[in-house]
Order: sequence, then C-alpha cells, then structure tokens
Amino acid sequence: MTLLVLLCATLLAVGATLAVVRAEKGPSMLDRAIALDVVVAVLVAAIALESAVTRSAVAVPILVVLSIVGFLSSVTIARFAAVEPAGEGRVLSRAEAAAAEAERHAREVADDEAEGRDGVDRAEGRDASGEES
Amino acid sequence: MDSHTWTTVADVAAGACLLGGSFLAFAAGVGVLRFPDLLARMHAATKPQTLGLVLVLAGLALRIRSAPAVWALVLVAIFQMATAPVAAHLVGRAGYRTGKVPSETLVVDELTADVRRAEAERLGRAGTPPVDPEGTGGA
Repeated sequence: MTLLVLLCATLLAVGATLAVVRAEKGPSMLDRAIALDVVVAVLVAAIALESAVTRSAVAVPILVVLSIVGFLSSVTIARFAAVEPAGEGRVLSRAEAAAAEAERHAREVADDEAEGRDGVDRAEGRDASGEES
Repeated sequence: MDSHTWTTVADVAAGACLLGGSFLAFAAGVGVLRFPDLLARMHAATKPQTLGLVLVLAGLALRIRSAPAVWALVLVAIFQMATAPVAAHLVGRAGYRTGKVPSETLVVDELTADVRRAEAERLGRAGTPPVDPEGTGGA
C-alpha cells in the first residue's frame, strides 16, 4: 500500500512538473492556460490521493470547489487572447528585460523633451509616437 | 465471502483506480510538454481532466465507503465534465481566431470553409459578387 501511494505521488509530481515546464516555455498564453489546467487536475488528484490514504472525507469540499471554479482561469485568458508577435510570449532573460527597460526609459525622456519644446502639439505628438499601451 | 474479504477487494480496486488516474496525469504532463501545437496539447490535457479524475474519484470512493462523501464525489465528477468542455471550447476558439491553429495540419477543417462562406455571403449582400475561393459551390 505504501509503495502504491509513493508511486502514485511520484507520477502526479512528475506530471505537474512537466506541465509547469510547459507553462514556463509556452509560446502563447493559451498554451500556458492549458498547462495550468493540467496542474489543477493534478492538484485535484493529489488531494483525492491524500484523502484516500487517510480515509478521511474532510478534503472533499475542496474538490467540489476546485471542480467548479477550475475552468474560470482558462476561460478568462481565452477571452483576452490576442495575436502575439513571434517571440512576444517568451519570458525575457534578465539582460533582455534590462535592455527593454532602458529603451522604454530613453523613449520617455525623448517624449518629455519633445513636449517641453512644443506644448501645443502635445496630444497629436503622443498619438503619432505610438504610446506604449 | 465475509465482509473482510470485500473490504480487501475494495481496497485493491481503489489502489488500481488511483494508480490509473495518476498515470493519466503523468501522461498529460508528458503530452503537454512534448506535443507540437496548441490543439495537440489540448488533447493531451483532457486526459486527467475527465477519465483520470473519474478514476481517482472512484478510487477515493472505494476507500471512504460513506454515502455522503461518495455523493459529493459524484458531484465533483459532474461539475468537472460540465465545465472542462467550456474551457476547451473557448481556448480552441481563441487559438483559431488568433492564428495558432495551422490549417494545413488539420484533416477536417469545417470552420475555415464556414468562415469563408459567411464572408462571401456578407460581401454578396453588400453589393459585390460573392466570392467562392474553394470552388465548392456553397456545398
């Protein structure tokens, strides 16, 4: 019995870990949503395994709640899914994030200087420069 | 067959169910990591969400063996089966709309044909002649 429980727990842990790796790699948000759905399913299975080992029904309400609300995250993400340019969905490395931040800062400084020069054209200038959303 | 035998049988069956459900969760992890595109990953992800969950809950029910808890577990299975397709439908639709489903990898692609036909009808109603790029004659 102990061996069986250990085997089940190992399978669940490896499955959840692989799904988390996919959530990190991801290329798009939808892939991440699916991977995290798998993590929720593994979580439900793990709670059920723990209840089965201890023969207690204490955690059953947690399973009910997880099965009701578990799908809301991927529905929400799917609602806001947009076309992502290639490479956009990647997690940036520390150096890349610093470079992007420096570029953004430089652009803001340039915008501020432009505003200082001709305050009249402020609205049009902001529109034309494609303000980062 | 006394009651002791029956509890042993129930425990063994519960162990088998739990092992099967855990294996499906593991298989889903492997599939989600290794499959090449969005729809294949969705296919892998559904395994622990329905069959795997039902197996694990059956194992838990065989271990607990008390009526109120078992009814709650039936409720869990029903809710999961009612909500998982909603999420899958919306994720698949969003994936199609944002171009993450390459249509050359599909064996059957009814949605693209439907979208083209609807577009052609819309253009036809607007005054321009209807376009039928597939040459299917609206079939």
